[in-house]
Amino acid sequence: MRRFKNLLVSALVLMLTVALCGCGGDKAGDGETITVGIPQDIEDSLDPHLAMAAGTREVLFNIFEGLVKPNSNGDLVPAVASEYTVDDEGKTYTFTLRDGITFHNGEPVTVEDIIASIERCADTGSGDPLVAAFSNIESVTKSDDKHVVITLVTPDTDFISNMTTAILPASNIDNTANEPIGTGPYMYVSRSPQENIILKRYDGYWGEKAYIENVTFKIISNPDTIVMNLEGGAVDMFPRVTTAQAEQLSDNFKIEEGTMNLVQALYLNNAAEPFNDVKVRQALCYAISPKEIMDYAFDGRGTEIGSSMFPSFGKYYMPELNDTYNTDVEKAKALLAEAGYPDGFEFTIKVPSNYTQHVDTAQVLKEEFKAIGVTANIELIEWSSWLSDVYTGRDYEATVIGVDASTLSPRALLGRFVSDAGNNFVNFNSKEYDEAYNAAINSTDDATQTEYYKKCEEILAKEAANVYIQDPAELVAINKKFTGYEFYPLYAQDISKIKPVK
Amino acid sequence: MNVVIKKIVSSILTILVVACLVFFAFSLIPGDPAVAKLGTQATPEKLQALRESMGLNKPVAVRFMEWIGGVLKGDFGTSYSYNVPVTGLIAGKLPVTVILTLYSFILMIVMSVFIAILAARYENSHVDKVIQIINQVIMSVPPFFGGIILTLIFGLGLHLFAPGGYVSYDINMGRFMGYMFWPALAIALPKSAMAFSLLYGGLITEKKKDYARTAYSRGNSTKDVFYKHLLKNACIPVVTFFGMALADMIAGSIVIEQVFGIPGLGRILLTSIQNRDYPVVEAIIVCIAILVIVSNLLVDVLYRIIDPRTAVAEGDK
Repeated sequence: MRRFKNLLVSALVLMLTVALCGCGGDKAGDGETITVGIPQDIEDSLDPHLAMAAGTREVLFNIFEGLVKPNSNGDLVPAVASEYTVDDEGKTYTFTLRDGITFHNGEPVTVEDIIASIERCADTGSGDPLVAAFSNIESVTKSDDKHVVITLVTPDTDFISNMTTAILPASNIDNTANEPIGTGPYMYVSRSPQENIILKRYDGYWGEKAYIENVTFKIISNPDTIVMNLEGGAVDMFPRVTTAQAEQLSDNFKIEEGTMNLVQALYLNNAAEPFNDVKVRQALCYAISPKEIMDYAFDGRGTEIGSSMFPSFGKYYMPELNDTYNTDVEKAKALLAEAGYPDGFEFTIKVPSNYTQHVDTAQVLKEEFKAIGVTANIELIEWSSWLSDVYTGRDYEATVIGVDASTLSPRALLGRFVSDAGNNFVNFNSKEYDEAYNAAINSTDDATQTEYYKKCEEILAKEAANVYIQDPAELVAINKKFTGYEFYPLYAQDISKIKPVK
Repeated sequence: MNVVIKKIVSSILTILVVACLVFFAFSLIPGDPAVAKLGTQATPEKLQALRESMGLNKPVAVRFMEWIGGVLKGDFGTSYSYNVPVTGLIAGKLPVTVILTLYSFILMIVMSVFIAILAARYENSHVDKVIQIINQVIMSVPPFFGGIILTLIFGLGLHLFAPGGYVSYDINMGRFMGYMFWPALAIALPKSAMAFSLLYGGLITEKKKDYARTAYSRGNSTKDVFYKHLLKNACIPVVTFFGMALADMIAGSIVIEQVFGIPGLGRILLTSIQNRDYPVVEAIIVCIAILVIVSNLLVDVLYRIIDPRTAVAEGDK
């Protein structure tokens, strides 16, 4: 047994040596490398045309660009196209290809690439086109080596907001999910599922080049380890930390505060009893206080909203709608009595359990509803069950969720409340709304259009389509070694603007 | 050796049963891979097209036959989420989990043997009493909690490692092993405490036996008596425990991967369940079943080597 003992000793010594040698080592922070923590991997697709999740879009923002791209103010600025013109009607869009722009593989971008990318997203071969708005495209034609003309079936002045659709090289277009090639400030290097996604600065970028050379998006799926990862130096930045996490962080970190650009609300199934009665929906609106929810669950942070629109949308946002229903328990009870529920009722709120912020909100709502005699039961469900039961199946009474906008057009938020919209998961049904929305999309004059969109928002508020709460605050923790973080009105983590502090 | 052959045959059958159960269990639970993939952008037409391309429109029985046919050829299909063959995906993650499990297994043996002999040698001394108390505490700490404590003390406090600073084995083996020491320790600690108790009990009983006295009288030192004579006999009941512990550690590594942010099988298993990425889930569960069954088989064989009486009792020549 002597040999056995020696073996044990050497095993132990070896392990300890290895363990201690493994410490330290090269650390991120030479200014040329940044590690950004993200809560989930890219699980839909690396192909920007097929990617669906907001969490995917915010990463791919660094790799791909459309003919135009959003800037941090929410304006669309030219990207792959150096300029564009629209005829007065809003029917013909002419784009000029930017001089000298190249893909990450070094190939110049051609008019053919643009046409292939747009046609791919407009293809109706498998039912819907990839970009719904592209069903309005009549033709995409090459007028010369520098110009592409897109002609629409019906005039649409808002069409440009869809031209953020990524331009991909025609030769690689169907292989993008495996080998993403775009024109953005960063190029894709590699990925390891559930571990990381690695990007590198593209030195042939047409615009202002990124400051940091190497970017690693590291997947941290366990929220309990975020603070440890930040403090231990394993990640330099984490978007969307909670207030509790922000407070635990040391002075080495700066907390940038922006908004999440979500319409967080208690979404009600307008087709289900008792929420098919507008009085019941209004009663719930009177029963709650967004301020109280923010105080209890969000440390007082957040921006109150009163309809399906958030402040980043600038001219479309109507702060006056926040006062449509101010907390009034008596009025709520009276409305319930009128609707035939003098003793209140009982209903179930289904909440996806992975979103702590929505779960917390539901808890506060439950308490607030007690005051008007309404009993809310909270049912926590998995995200994929939420998607199949609540969102696609519409089999629910109420749910707390945040709805984001996929483009910079108000349609991204308002379109889903049209009675026959495929994504109208709340089953909102109002003839008045449908008319106002159609009037908005058919008007060519910006002022009139804005007017109609605002009318839509008013109808949603007046009809109490949902119990609107807030646009939650977004807290981004970033190591003080870096500066220059910018918030976007869409889901985007623009790493190219971040620079090391020298 | 026909007992061993019987065991191997029954192991293969067990794996097949597990494969069937996993496949049908996932066709029963709610949730739909196509819905999970399209998320909030789903429309009925898009869902239909995606289901078609995933092959989900076929009846369960047909899908099962196709799947099991592929599995027998070593092809587990293509991941819905990552669009790559499942075999390649798992091949990249399997070494992480296997190394973590073996690492904690070795740590457990080393720690429990050393400390049990130390305590048994100085039975009823202060050293023994202190070890007993610490052992009770460690035994009751579950690995995930132990992991958090280790991170706090050795990671954030003493800066012996960077929490979350996992480095993949194919980039730097040394730093990989260095980082993996801590999660392995977290898994090994409670198991070593249990192994310690068993070993300690065994050693105390053995050391009072006649052959121990004879060994002393032949001029062996205390150390030699313990390592050369007592340990082997005290080990016999503990080997069974080691076998169970090994299977437990595979499960434990899935939990601890979450605490230390290690992208092994566990991490990908959990996210694949959430995304209803069935091909990946099925393959990983089959993989884990194989690991558990193989480790049990090895322990069985090992048991025969350490204690030939078992083989004789079963009539195996």
